[in-house]
Amino acid sequence: MSARLDLTRYKSLAGLLRNPWPQFLIRILALAGFLFTILAGLLGTPVGSHNFAIIFVWIAWWSALKLIFIPFGGRFWCSFCPIPMPGEWLQRGGLLVRGNRTVGLGLPWPRRLTGAWLQASGFLLVGLFAAVTLTTPRVTAWMLLGFLVLALTMDLIFAPRTFCRRLCPIGGFTGLYAQVSPLEVRVKDPQVCATHSPKTCFLACPWGLYPLTLKSNADCGLCLECLRACPSDNIAINLRQWGADLHPGGRRLLAEAFLGLIMLASALVDAAVFLGPWGWLKVAAYSVGSRSWWAFSGGFLLLALVILPAMFILAVWLSARLAHPQLDLRQTLAHRSQVLVPLGLMAWIAFTISFALTKAGTIPSVLSDPLGWGWNLFGMAGQAGTGQVTLLSLTVQAVVLAVGLAWSCRVARRISASLREALPLAVFAFFFNSTMLWLLAA
Amino acid sequence: MNAWTKVLLLALLGLAILRLPLPIPAAVPQQRLIRIQSSRYAFSPGEIHANTGDTLTIELVSNDVAHSLSLDGTDFSLSAEPGQVAVGTFVAAKPGVYRFRCTIPCGNLHPFMLGILRVGPDLFFLRGLALLLLALIVGLWRSPTKSAPPTRTAKSSITVLAV
Repeated sequence: MSARLDLTRYKSLAGLLRNPWPQFLIRILALAGFLFTILAGLLGTPVGSHNFAIIFVWIAWWSALKLIFIPFGGRFWCSFCPIPMPGEWLQRGGLLVRGNRTVGLGLPWPRRLTGAWLQASGFLLVGLFAAVTLTTPRVTAWMLLGFLVLALTMDLIFAPRTFCRRLCPIGGFTGLYAQVSPLEVRVKDPQVCATHSPKTCFLACPWGLYPLTLKSNADCGLCLECLRACPSDNIAINLRQWGADLHPGGRRLLAEAFLGLIMLASALVDAAVFLGPWGWLKVAAYSVGSRSWWAFSGGFLLLALVILPAMFILAVWLSARLAHPQLDLRQTLAHRSQVLVPLGLMAWIAFTISFALTKAGTIPSVLSDPLGWGWNLFGMAGQAGTGQVTLLSLTVQAVVLAVGLAWSCRVARRISASLREALPLAVFAFFFNSTMLWLLAA
Repeated sequence: MNAWTKVLLLALLGLAILRLPLPIPAAVPQQRLIRIQSSRYAFSPGEIHANTGDTLTIELVSNDVAHSLSLDGTDFSLSAEPGQVAVGTFVAAKPGVYRFRCTIPCGNLHPFMLGILRVGPDLFFLRGLALLLLALIVGLWRSPTKSAPPTRTAKSSITVLAV
C-alpha cells in the first residue's frame, strides 16, 4: 500500500470536515445557483454565449469539473451537487438530520440494471445532442430540470442516491475518473469496524456504502456522512498518490470498459465538432432530426459502439494471447479497461484547454448580464473577450496528452505480467492519443 | 540518478522535441490571394496552406449574416456584412498552425465557427507524435509489479481479482 496522509490528523481540518454546516451552506448556494440557471435558460436570451445557463454550466462548471474537481478531488463535486438534494431531504425527513417522517419506498434498484451501462448510455445520448445542448439555453434548462425531476422521482421509489449511482451521466464520468484522484475516504483500522456494532457509518451513508469495504473511489461521493457518524474516529480522509485505485487486484466489471470507451469516443467527437474546421460537421451535429444529423449520429455510434471497442478488444485479445492463452477475454477486458481511465481523463483535459479557455472571457460579461437583458450589474457587460489558441496552449495540450499516454502505459505495465502483455494496450493508447492530437493541434 | 533528475531530463527532452528549430529549407515567399466564403457556421475553405513568409491577401465573403475572420495570435481581423466582400493582407511570418474564428455573434454555434491556417510544413503534429512516442516508452519503461492475470476458471479468477 502506497503512502497516505490522513487529513483528519489535523484537528482544525477534521473539525471543519465533521461540521455539516459548511457543506450544507455550499449545497444551498449550489441549489440556488442551479435553480437560477434553469430560470436563466428558460427566460433569458436565446443567444447561448450571452446566457448564464450556457456559460456557467458548459464553460465554467463543466471545465472546473474536468480541470479541478475530478483530478484533485474525485467525486468532490457530488458532495455539493444540488440535483439529489430535494429527494434526499424527503427521504431523510429533514434538512440535516433524520426526521420522524420520511418519504419514499426505498426499493432496491433492479439487480440486472446495475453497473455503469445506463450511465454510459446516458452520456452517449447527451453527446448525440451536444451541439444543441451546449449552445441552446432552453435545451440546457430543460435538461437540468429533467435531471432534477428524475432524481426526485427515483428518490421517491428507490434507495437514496440511486439516480447518482445508476443513471446520472455525469456521475458515470466522475466515478470513472475519480479512481485517479488523490483524495479518498477509507477506514483507519479495519479491526475497529469489524467489531463495532451497529454499523453507524453504513447506516449514515446515503450512497449505501460500507467504508470498510471501500476499495475504489468510483462510488464514494465524499459526502463525509460516515466521518460524522463514526463514534470511534475511525474514518480517514486520505491524500494519496494519483491513480492509486488502478492496480492488478480488485474486481472489475465489463461495464467499466464500456464506460471508458464511450468517454474516449465522446472526447474524439466533441473535439472534431467543436474544435475542428469542418463546418458541415458542426451543422450536421446541430441540425437534430435532419438527414445530416442522422448521419452524424450513425457515425458517432459507430465509433463509440463498434470501432473503438473493436480496436480495444483486439488490443486486449492480443495482450491476452501473447501472455496467457487460457485467459478469459471478458474478464481480461474488464481488468485491462483500467488503462482507459488516465487516457480518457487527460484527453478530456486537453480538449477542455481549447474548448473552455478560449471562451472563459465571456464569464465576467455574463455575470454582469446573466439573462442577456441589457443589465450591467458589475460593470463588465459587453466586455466579453475572445480567447485564442496559441502555440503555448497547443504545447500544453500536447504535453497533457503525452502525460496521459505515459500514465496509461504505466497502468498497462502495472496490471500486466510482462512488457509483451502491456504492449498492445500501449499501442491502442498511442493511436487514440495520436488521433486526439491530430484533432486538437493539426 | 534520482526520480526528480529523471523527470527534469524527460521534461527537457520533451521540450526539445516540441520546440527545437529544425534546418528545413524554406520555400520562396510568394503572394497569394485567398477567397474565403463564410456562412453559418463554416468558413470555406476551412483550411488554408501557406509557406513561411508568404503575403496573403484574404477576401472574406459573407453569404448570410455578418461574419468576421480573426486570426489567433495576430492582430489580423476582417468583418464582412451580408453579401459584401472584405479584403485584408498580412504576412505569414512564423510557421505553425493558426486558428481563425468568427468574432461577430452569428448564431448558437458561433463560438465554434473556426478555420485553420497552416504556415510552412506541419511540424507541430509530427513533433507531437514524437513526444507521444517518448511518452509511450517512458510509460512502459519501468520495473513492473508482477500480477496474476485472471484465468478462464471462473472461481480461481474471481479469487485473483478480488484480492
